[in-house]
Amino acid sequence: MYAFAYHRPASLKLAAAALAKQKDAKALAGGHSLIPTMKLRLSDARNIVDLGAIKGIDGIALKGKNLEIGAMTRHVAVAGSPVVRKAIPALAELASLIGDPHVRHRGTLGGSIAHNDPSADYPAACLALGATIITTSRKIPAEKFFQGLFETALGKSEIITAVSFPIPKRAGYAKFPNPASRFALVGVFVADFGKDVRVAVTGAGESGVFRAKEIEAELKKDFSADALANIRFGPKGIMSDIHGDAAYRGHLIGVMARRAVAAAG
Amino acid sequence: MSATGIGASVRRTEDQRFITGKGHYTDDITRPGQAYAYFLRSPHAHATIKKLDTRKATKMPGVVAVLTGDDLAADKVGDLICGWMITSKDGTPMKAGPHPALARGKVRHVGDQVAVVIANTLNQAKDAAGAIEVEYGVLAAVADPAKAQDPRAPQIHDAAPRNTIYEWAIGDAAAVGEAFKSAKHVSRLNITNNRLIPNAMEPRAANAEYDSGTDSLTLWVTSQNPHVHRLVMSAFLGLAPEHKFRVIAPDVGGGFGSKIFIYPEETVCVWAARKVRRPVKWTSDRSEAFVTDAHGRDHVTHAEMALDDKGKILALRVKTIANLGAYMSTFSSSVPTYLYATLLSGQYNIPAIYCEVDAVYTNTVPVDAYRGAGRPEACFVIERLVEIAAREMHMNPVDLRRKNFITQFPHQTPVIMAYDTGNYAASLDKALKLADQKGFAQRKQEAARRGKLAGLGFSTYIEACGIAPSAAVGSLGAGVGLWESAEVRVNPTGSVEVLTGSHSHGQGHETTFAQLVSGRLGIPIEQVTIVHGDTDKVQFGMGTYGSRSGPVGMTAILHATDKVIAKAKQVAAHVLEAGEGDIEFKDGRFVVAGTDKSAAFGEIALQAYVAHKFPTAQIEPGLKETSFYDPTNFTFPSGCHICEVEIDPETGKTDIVRWTAVDDFGTVINPMIVEGQVHGGIAQGVGQAMLEGCAYDDDGQLVTGSYMDYCMPRADDLPSYIVDTTVTKCPSNPLGIKGCGEAGAIASPSALINAITDAIGSEDVAMPATAPVVWRAIQKSQQQHRRAAE
Repeated sequence: MYAFAYHRPASLKLAAAALAKQKDAKALAGGHSLIPTMKLRLSDARNIVDLGAIKGIDGIALKGKNLEIGAMTRHVAVAGSPVVRKAIPALAELASLIGDPHVRHRGTLGGSIAHNDPSADYPAACLALGATIITTSRKIPAEKFFQGLFETALGKSEIITAVSFPIPKRAGYAKFPNPASRFALVGVFVADFGKDVRVAVTGAGESGVFRAKEIEAELKKDFSADALANIRFGPKGIMSDIHGDAAYRGHLIGVMARRAVAAAG
Repeated sequence: MSATGIGASVRRTEDQRFITGKGHYTDDITRPGQAYAYFLRSPHAHATIKKLDTRKATKMPGVVAVLTGDDLAADKVGDLICGWMITSKDGTPMKAGPHPALARGKVRHVGDQVAVVIANTLNQAKDAAGAIEVEYGVLAAVADPAKAQDPRAPQIHDAAPRNTIYEWAIGDAAAVGEAFKSAKHVSRLNITNNRLIPNAMEPRAANAEYDSGTDSLTLWVTSQNPHVHRLVMSAFLGLAPEHKFRVIAPDVGGGFGSKIFIYPEETVCVWAARKVRRPVKWTSDRSEAFVTDAHGRDHVTHAEMALDDKGKILALRVKTIANLGAYMSTFSSSVPTYLYATLLSGQYNIPAIYCEVDAVYTNTVPVDAYRGAGRPEACFVIERLVEIAAREMHMNPVDLRRKNFITQFPHQTPVIMAYDTGNYAASLDKALKLADQKGFAQRKQEAARRGKLAGLGFSTYIEACGIAPSAAVGSLGAGVGLWESAEVRVNPTGSVEVLTGSHSHGQGHETTFAQLVSGRLGIPIEQVTIVHGDTDKVQFGMGTYGSRSGPVGMTAILHATDKVIAKAKQVAAHVLEAGEGDIEFKDGRFVVAGTDKSAAFGEIALQAYVAHKFPTAQIEPGLKETSFYDPTNFTFPSGCHICEVEIDPETGKTDIVRWTAVDDFGTVINPMIVEGQVHGGIAQGVGQAMLEGCAYDDDGQLVTGSYMDYCMPRADDLPSYIVDTTVTKCPSNPLGIKGCGEAGAIASPSALINAITDAIGSEDVAMPATAPVVWRAIQKSQQQHRRAAE
């Protein structure tokens, strides 16, 4: 680890100011991605701005037709929330599959999507549900928020405060975990809004999370696992590494999509 | 059986301190004035060092010294050694290149030590390492053992042309050739026994301190054999004479072989501590462990088995290329030779065996013994081959095994080993029953209804443990003897300290050894303390590996304990005013036969020290005895593991639904600890077979350098095991112990791969059998079936 200065501002305003002013500043939410990279000296963040003391940016609430979850809400809280379980059970299920108990007790929704790991679970839910990312300065549709591997639309001093998820008629998430990291080798989130069906894939895209329009088209006609019998992706645009080449991941997208549809009921 | 004697599942004495955080590991040792070592490591797999400038780094804040290979050479510190001489087929000795503790002009693997920074804090040392200027002349690298001997492959050591260390062979090639000519069936197998990264829970560490007052050194180190550490560092590296050098291996959190070896890091700490006149501490971090701890396995093998038309095995022919990495680690040469090919007979009566082994250098981390060391590789070859032969000949794999079992003992195999005892059918039968083999067909159908492919795999394994008779290993090239020592010290109050040359790094010796001694002396187990891991306390010892602490270490303790009893009887005779021949020792009391006159062990211990009641001219005061025990044979644990899997054909994911292990370890000291050893061993074997895929790319970069990519087995990868034992007592040691530490890791990979290949109907499954590997094998076999149908 390199030496760094630690800031623990009490308000979003102070946090944003610290991020704007300090050199090589990084916001710390759950820290389960940031701290390991710091320990390995892969991150040279010299100013850490801990968001942990800021009040009012965690919690789960229904707001109109949407489910709003504060950015600092831990995965374990989402997984165990009766509100989430009732409104979007697939989202609670997804949160319960993230990492291990340590990660779920420290990791946060805002931290996960701000990091935008191409194999993280939450981006799939945000994109498939058409979520809105609420920040200190604006509201960003998920579509515009995720911009490739570890890239987002967030500005330097912009902080996520909450994510607003439209509540679908039904939804499902199926994940094939990388056996080592337990991140998604392929994860597919399907959301049926009646008129619209949205499907997002994580873990498999060369440029991170993406909408699977081919699957959406089939499911709009017939929301059933059978409708996806012949779906296959890749190898173009599909990630390939020692854990699974593009052919395998492309095949898994179909399998996970069918299982997600089945899980949606 | 008493509540704490041999055979009792006594709870582990040491666990109280481990689970309450009171253990003392090497990294817990902090010395006054201690400085920290940080190693600058090569980012390249193969490169010359064209320039190494430490001037800027030396001036960085907190830096005590920056040292390089030139400094080591100037101080005449010897190179690291490989302690087992292997002779090639043509009679030439193995060709070992130099292994300096800090690079001299060339680096040979990613992680190779280029320089060391000693600083007041670890962060200062790291910062200064970043300021060392190195200019590398990057060379082509070779990581794949199958490519290392190619004349076009880069040369790693001048001493080893074609990167070939030795070309060794065992067995009778002509007899094997004849047998193949007459064979009705030949089964063939091409396998890679995948490279593994050990990953003990506690990373390696060292802390060295020089005392200028006595001109002596102390090293705390994560070692499975502190005396061997001291011997090698003294005799070969010349760091200090043995009598001025204390090596302490305190609590050690797992070894699995990887802490047997004498590594560059502790060598540098000892040397530097004297040089800078401050204690020097180094603790590996996990990333460093991945590129410096000696790896395991890494064989490429072609094997053939000849059988007659009834499934009787006639001969076995094996050719293996063993990857030893960039340098020869301490015992690396012995692992793919005498610890491997001598076990190729398995549990079977095979008239002729011939095995050739080429050991090669590559630009990878050195490879040495890892749990099982050679024997898992041998077991995998033979147990895959018998399974494949049975399938090809449309025979039941259990029947084919049974037909070939050795049933008469002792049995001389064609590859050195003389099996002393065993009952292979007994462990097989018990395992079949516990695994409910009869119900498998029905379970397979039921799994098919759920869309799953069920498979059953067997492994009837043997291993050689209790290493080893000193003269025998000496004749095979070992540089050391493999006896063990013990000293039993009885205190005047009757409590006992047992000093052992074995070393516990998770095995539970503090419990099992105390069970033996307290049972033998008839005293409460709480009155016995086991002392190990300190060269100033224990006179000498060979350490713990190769499942030797039970059969060898405990036998030494038994002999020393019996000597104590014999001496105490002499004392008791005087105290009880009887003839020595009339004294019986029973349940902790010395009794005058046929009378009610007796004295407790503790009373006689006190009398031995006060020395009032016996003639000290004939009987010396005190009660302390030692023993050096050299075994007369290896021991041969054996058994049967049966693995049942269900595979999801859509994803290729394998679920292990049932695991049955029936082992014959001879006498079992503590069934609970033995069961734990079996559990851990199976987990490591499953790791190898299904999860742990150590991968290097063509440039020699380690692709699986962290837990994000290197998959260690976790609880949810494993079922609840069914574990049981059968017993044939080992005839070569008085307790009848065979050893249990490695069996699980030896038996399990073949059982699992046999189960997977049974489920999918294809033999084309490499380890680790990850989901994509299995999925692809299913795809390929379906395509072949489709083509065949067309």
